[in-house]
Amino acid sequence: MIEFKKVSKTFKRNRVLDELELSIAPGERIALVGSNGAGKTTMIRCLLGEYTYDGSVSVHGLAPRPNRQQVLGKIGFVPQLPPPLKMPVGQLLDFSSAVCNSEKQRMEEIAQRLGLDVGRMKNQPFVKLSGGQKQKLLISIALGRDSNILIMDEPAANLDPEARQIFFGLLAERLDNTTMLISSHRLDEVSALVNRVIELDRGKVVLDDRVADDVSLTGMLACHLTLRRPEESIAKALLGWNFQDTGDGLQWQGSVAGPDRLRFIGMISRYVGILTHISLAENSENQA
Amino acid sequence: MKNLWLTAKLDVVESLRARWFMIYTLVFGGIVAMLFAFGLTESRVLGFIGLSRLLVTYIQLCMAILPIFVLISTVRSVAGDREAGVFEYLLSLPVSLGAWFWGKLLGRYIVVFLPVFLAMLGATLWSLVQDIEVPWNMFLYYTGLLAAMAWCFLGIAMLLSTLARSTDVAQGAAFVVWLAMLLFLDLILLGVMIQGHAAPEVAVMVALANPLQVFRTAALMLFDPQLIVLGPAAYVIMDTIGATGFMIYGLVYPLVIGTLCATAGYFVFRRGDLP
Repeated sequence: MIEFKKVSKTFKRNRVLDELELSIAPGERIALVGSNGAGKTTMIRCLLGEYTYDGSVSVHGLAPRPNRQQVLGKIGFVPQLPPPLKMPVGQLLDFSSAVCNSEKQRMEEIAQRLGLDVGRMKNQPFVKLSGGQKQKLLISIALGRDSNILIMDEPAANLDPEARQIFFGLLAERLDNTTMLISSHRLDEVSALVNRVIELDRGKVVLDDRVADDVSLTGMLACHLTLRRPEESIAKALLGWNFQDTGDGLQWQGSVAGPDRLRFIGMISRYVGILTHISLAENSENQA
Repeated sequence: MKNLWLTAKLDVVESLRARWFMIYTLVFGGIVAMLFAFGLTESRVLGFIGLSRLLVTYIQLCMAILPIFVLISTVRSVAGDREAGVFEYLLSLPVSLGAWFWGKLLGRYIVVFLPVFLAMLGATLWSLVQDIEVPWNMFLYYTGLLAAMAWCFLGIAMLLSTLARSTDVAQGAAFVVWLAMLLFLDLILLGVMIQGHAAPEVAVMVALANPLQVFRTAALMLFDPQLIVLGPAAYVIMDTIGATGFMIYGLVYPLVIGTLCATAGYFVFRRGDLP
């Protein structure tokens, strides 16, 4: 159970959190949305015990700041902006696994599943990795340990469709015993992952809604597209989603991860002028 | 304790890849190499020749370079890490604030002290190879002085890093601290104070409170035991604590200042916002 009671945070004269009240039950998957400056990052930092504040925050009955090790030992965190660490990838994994009392191999296995060959890049400085590689590594560190709370800030933003599908699968493996707090500017990015949406504005909760979570995190949608004429830009975008050209650039087919359906439709809507047919069908055989 | 060592190791690895460390190492290694190259060991000043002459020159150069280098590089990297989000991520891992702060200090101390020491050790080993006599007492005392001085300025830098919320402010504050100490060196402000008929006790108190001055005077002690170059102030020092007493003071005082500043920095760090 996570509880925020009358939590306020002020930077100089700017009140970023304003007597925030929020309770999160174990197992809830929450989309934390809001515009820039709404207080999402500040709220997360209070929860991680990184900020001082007025009011109280508790995680399983413990305040995060004075009980850092007990509280943070149960929280996996993926930041929005990867830190510019100069240390090699192997060193980061060594450090993270050691302080989290986890096994480095667990983190490496998750990285492997996300398509990251840690063995090859262990001597490479973290800061030199691509945006997607950094994101995959930070996700591997957050998921490769015994945490029952996951806090993720735009976790899938830099991932390719294939890695996103695997990422959704990894989250699905933890649905029963993990509370998730996923922060995003855009609800469509995370809507299919969550069962509750909280919107912040000027440091207050302005929307708290339960949403149907019928979308399976591991489900796949079979998709067929017909185009009016072949076009290079849509072909490039569809190849990025691992679609196959089945007819001179006019017919395309592929699979879309269930939680990615809104994102996919958002992408394809840019080409609606040359789209003559689209079908998306749930494929129960593909479900794990 | 495990987390403290892990954090120290992490900081060492981060620093070894940083540009400031390369420049820092090159500067101190380069100084020793240049002193050898210009034949300093063969020149004679105030009766000093060989490695003693080189060490005396090296310690004077260290006094000029080490404090500002330690202050600026430490506040830049610590405050810079905070601004860049390194603290936000690494402090989301279950490591205690004590282990983090002191581990970082320890790691940084290793990378700050080792190049300075290794340059001096390299000079000593080269002298052994070249059959130049090694003044071991001088080598050991100067090692202690450099260790104490590095700790002192590292403690001050960690305090400034925790007080300042941005790299620019931290860097500016570090520069002002260094400048203030420089101004209170005997050659400048102390001279003015004595000329202006300030009480000798005040002048000596100021000198004894300034770590830079303490370092300088202690370094002089080995080749000018009567502190003739200090003028009348030397009498007060000699009468009050004596030559051996001052040499001990030169080691202990910077350690105390560094420890007090680092401890104050730790309490400020623990009390405020971390990232």
